Amino acid sequence: MSNMLEVADLGHTYGDHEAIGGLSFTVRAGELVCVVGPSGCGKSTLLRTISGLVSPTRGDVSLHGSHLAVVFQDYSRSLFPWLSVQGNVEFPLRSLPRAERRARAAEALEWVGLSGAARKRPWQLSGGMQQRVAIARALAYRPALLLMDEPFASVDAQTRFELEDLLLRVRREHDTTVLVVTHDIDESVYLGDRILVLSGSPARLVADLEVPLPAERNQVTTRTDEGFVALRSKVARLLNVGKPSMDVEKWAAAERESLSETVPS
Amino acid sequence: MTKFLQRWTVFAGLVVVWQVLGWLAEDPFFPPPSEILSAAWEWWVVEPENFTEHVVPSIVRLLSGWAIASVIGVSLGLLLGRSDRAMEYAGPLLVFLRSIPPPALVPVFLLLFKAGTSMQLATIVFGVVWPVLLNSVDGARSVDVTKVDTSAVFRIPRWQWVLGVVLPAASPKIFAGLRVSLSLSLVLMVISELVGTDNGIGSQLMQAQREFDYTRMWAGIVLLGVLGYGLNTALLAVERRALAWQPRSRDEQHA
Repeated sequence: MSNMLEVADLGHTYGDHEAIGGLSFTVRAGELVCVVGPSGCGKSTLLRTISGLVSPTRGDVSLHGSHLAVVFQDYSRSLFPWLSVQGNVEFPLRSLPRAERRARAAEALEWVGLSGAARKRPWQLSGGMQQRVAIARALAYRPALLLMDEPFASVDAQTRFELEDLLLRVRREHDTTVLVVTHDIDESVYLGDRILVLSGSPARLVADLEVPLPAERNQVTTRTDEGFVALRSKVARLLNVGKPSMDVEKWAAAERESLSETVPS
Repeated sequence: MTKFLQRWTVFAGLVVVWQVLGWLAEDPFFPPPSEILSAAWEWWVVEPENFTEHVVPSIVRLLSGWAIASVIGVSLGLLLGRSDRAMEYAGPLLVFLRSIPPPALVPVFLLLFKAGTSMQLATIVFGVVWPVLLNSVDGARSVDVTKVDTSAVFRIPRWQWVLGVVLPAASPKIFAGLRVSLSLSLVLMVISELVGTDNGIGSQLMQAQREFDYTRMWAGIVLLGVLGYGLNTALLAVERRALAWQPRSRDEQHA
């Protein structure tokens, strides 16, 4: 499999504050990689340097494709209230002829199940639907890489599960390469083919873990799967490096027990 | 219909009171509304050339001055609003210029442009450009960071950034500025016609005053009131259409 994104010795410093301290990793074509780290560890800076919003102070980011798209956490600010849902999805496609633009937007809205809402304003939709519009807009742009910055952190738990499954389905159907930045360990394990674990500020790569789960995931069975639980506690342990006050093993064991109790399989 | 009545009862009541008081007092300085209306009728309807040669040119000057000021104000405002450095250079100058009361500049414009339409336009434009300009600066600055980032990531062309993101984001503030400017245009139109011209509503007003024709003077004042009200209503209707995309109430908007 070819590499879609190569990040080599990436570092970024704001004044005296070192946000990222030399990161190297790759994302292969068609892969879904989750970047997980403690909050304030420089995940957002990493996303901003990869997307080109900030030029890194050192290192290289090379994308094997012409363009990428970003889905931001704050969907209500990322969508344009003066455009309809359809207009929002067409927003990055202005250079295309009108008919093609229309067709691509309609197609992307269908992928996220929002064909019926094309003429509404984004603010007339629920939070989860607004984030689906943002995802449709990113997909309509046909990016080489889809970057997502805490994409489901602002919706309720139920909607979050729906959106996670939507993302998994869409990227499987359309072979999209995705990099999700999150602080949620469970989410990273549930979504990812691979997990990049970052340490606290400055962000350094602690581990690059393959997720040993089948491609088809299920909110109930996957989350109770032995492999899921084990990986989740491993990531949790890695994230607590240097904080021995919390016994992660014990916590993970208790979690496993409580889960197998509540969900009989 | 009840709302309409509610809105106009106080107004109509005042007119009636004035009418009665005018009849009783028979004061030449304060003629009753019925006399003012008949004077207006004679002045502008019976002699329509008074309307076409004075009222229409005044309105044309008002609207073109306001339009020129709006174009300058919006384009310069968006530019300055998106560039902190430009604003640092231009900021003090803007504050200084807009502090000058525009009527004080009438003699200057008289020297520069001679009496006539260009001097009147200059007075209106200079006077009303500030509310549009400063509101546009404010509006352009208010584009939130996520929208700036979204636009940057999708690498949209420059025209789309200006017309498709900055302008609509700034439009609620721009409209607020346009409304202030429009009523200010009316004031400055009258002021600019008070000196060095015998054409326009303002000069006719002065002339009526000089000839002690107070009924006509009042007719002119009423006309200015009607004009101001009409223009503001028209602009509000345009604004409502242009800003229809704004979330109107909390109930309609999902969090």
